Amino acid sequence: MSTTAETIDAISTGYKWGFETDIEMDLAPKGLNEDIVRLISARKNEPDWLLEYRLKAFAAWQKMEEPDWARVAHPPIDYQDLHYYAAPKKKDGPKSLDEVDPELLKMYEKLGIPLKERAVLAGVVDDRPQIAVDAVFDSVSVATTYREALSKVGVIFCPISEAVRDHPDLVQQYLGSVVPVADNYFSALNAAVFTDGSFCYIPKGVRCPMELSTYFRINARNTGQFERTLIVAEAGAHVSYLEGCTAPQRDENQLHAAVVELIAMDDATIKYSTVQNWYPGDENGKGGIYNFVTKRGVCRGARSKISWTQVETGSAITWKYPSCVLIGEDSVGEFYSVAVTTHHQQADTGTKMIHIGKGSTSTIVSKGISAGKSNNTYRGLVRMLPSADGARNHTQCDSLLIGDTCGAHTVPYIESRNPSARVEHEATTSKIDEEKLFYCRQRGLTEEDAVNLIVNGFCKEVLKELPMEFAVEAQKLLAVSLEGSVG
Amino acid sequence: MLEIRGLTASIGEKPILKGIDLTVPDGEVHAIMGPNGAGKSTLGYVLSGRDDYTVTGGSVVYNGVDLLDMAPEQRAAAGVFLAFQAPIELPGVNNANFLRTALNAIRRAHGESELDAVQFLKLARIETKRLAMPDDMLKRNVNVGFSGGEKKRNEVLQMALLRPSLAILDETDSGLDIDALRIVADGVNALRAPTFSALVITHHQRLLDRLVPNRVHVLAHGRIVRSGGPELARELEKNGYADLLAEAA
Repeated sequence: MSTTAETIDAISTGYKWGFETDIEMDLAPKGLNEDIVRLISARKNEPDWLLEYRLKAFAAWQKMEEPDWARVAHPPIDYQDLHYYAAPKKKDGPKSLDEVDPELLKMYEKLGIPLKERAVLAGVVDDRPQIAVDAVFDSVSVATTYREALSKVGVIFCPISEAVRDHPDLVQQYLGSVVPVADNYFSALNAAVFTDGSFCYIPKGVRCPMELSTYFRINARNTGQFERTLIVAEAGAHVSYLEGCTAPQRDENQLHAAVVELIAMDDATIKYSTVQNWYPGDENGKGGIYNFVTKRGVCRGARSKISWTQVETGSAITWKYPSCVLIGEDSVGEFYSVAVTTHHQQADTGTKMIHIGKGSTSTIVSKGISAGKSNNTYRGLVRMLPSADGARNHTQCDSLLIGDTCGAHTVPYIESRNPSARVEHEATTSKIDEEKLFYCRQRGLTEEDAVNLIVNGFCKEVLKELPMEFAVEAQKLLAVSLEGSVG
Repeated sequence: MLEIRGLTASIGEKPILKGIDLTVPDGEVHAIMGPNGAGKSTLGYVLSGRDDYTVTGGSVVYNGVDLLDMAPEQRAAAGVFLAFQAPIELPGVNNANFLRTALNAIRRAHGESELDAVQFLKLARIETKRLAMPDDMLKRNVNVGFSGGEKKRNEVLQMALLRPSLAILDETDSGLDIDALRIVADGVNALRAPTFSALVITHHQRLLDRLVPNRVHVLAHGRIVRSGGPELARELEKNGYADLLAEAA
């Protein structure tokens, strides 16, 4: 017993992304009302249709109630005590990377986010994969790299606020088409006050030549971050998208309510990977991000595919169910998830697979790791509609417990209205027990290395779905989250 | 040299080892025999540092250092290896990766350079070949889906790679067919050297035929009740423990 207890002790607040950056900010006054919604829209010079969209969302939100069905508990959120707009002060948007505030560039460098495009030199071979990055700092996008290279093949990758200006038809056509304004409390809030996020459009038949990624950073105090991401893959298009997030270490809780919408046409593939590393709060449960996120993709076309991979280590509360609506015939939905909770973290996460198209298939692999006094819940819905002839789902849901003061919960909802559809659900719960640890230590591994090895083995099926560089990052993150081996 | 003096240990409130005295000089192989529940496996666990047992008295000194003060991984670095009676499964952990991590941990502790994946595989393939193990055993997850025999062979492979100076084999021969038994015996014999010693816990003469121990000890009721040469094992095989137990009681 004592060994496990020591392991738990070793799990400390090893959050190395908790620093704060001193940047002069343009802050909206605290509080939420129609004027604030109008102010955000005005700051962003938005067209009327978008302001109307926001106001409609705000009206819907006011009539809604915060959902209480998730296995998470928190003091009531005072939505009037937040800033809904926070942007680094500047005269005009940076025209190029050279114009980005050096303090910001320094911060992203510290986070390991490359905001410099690597020059292609004649005769110099650089094997490192190119990744285009959109960096969102509090409410606005501060830089997007590789835009020129991408635009050569017709790929649009830019801050959504810019897309509203430069590609209004596309944005208007798709915004809210997957997650309607009044879908849920947090998505309605997001629709009313979202400030920035990324927009990606991959034209017909184009395989995006590099990974696209958005890096979200909450910096300002008492600020909510509400970003909006929209990815459209036309017929036969292919894209892999990565999302990363961190926040400074603060004693108060901060609200993050994002909406991500994905649209895949015939034969298109969207792979969306997240490494979520918001500040989780300290070992006493003080501070941390409240992460209430709506992520949904729709496979509109035949043989289209949407794959969600997430590694969730941060946030005080995670409320997140990346989902797939499988409309197209033989369309494919995938959800691979690792959720780690320690200390007092609470995660209620999973997915929804809605099968509408004939022969649609979905795979769910969920790995929950709980330590400390945390609670980790998998909540997943698999729904087979009458039209989903021959549809199939396989769900694998595994929980790993470290110590005996944490909780793991599995809440599957399965609805089948088509007799030819097949749904399989497997679930296991295991412990990192004395036996496994002792076996490893007897072979010479330290306790930390042993925990690491066992946890990585447990998550392997999910980690291998991540793009390679991200997988390495995720492994390190798991190690830090679980062991307090502060870097 | 391993010197155990007056070792007592319990699990919870229950005393299991009630005063073990045992000396294993370098270069020797000693067999530990005895009825079920005598404390043989406990002895192996206590020597290798498992937490569930509380050492209540006595000392264990190996090559001049007190083992009882050391964490399991420190004992491993000092050369102690326990071949488990029931090897543990580690789902998702690749056997080669596990073995390399373990080997490098021990090399690090000895101030030796770590092996990269290529160097390690070269070394591992030599050993798997010698132990007549299929190469894919390295690719599979540690002990997951292994047959009983494969698990035991995997223990011997680990021992061969980690090259301990004190090996404790806890009934590594039980449940093995003749071929597998030979592999276990050969595995130990291959390590035999003036600096290597082993404690072999077994019920069977057939292993000792191939291993030929320097000494045989009978453990019963938490004590060593008799010690002798290899002939003691043959005598036990013929007569059982009944006479000995009656004597000791």
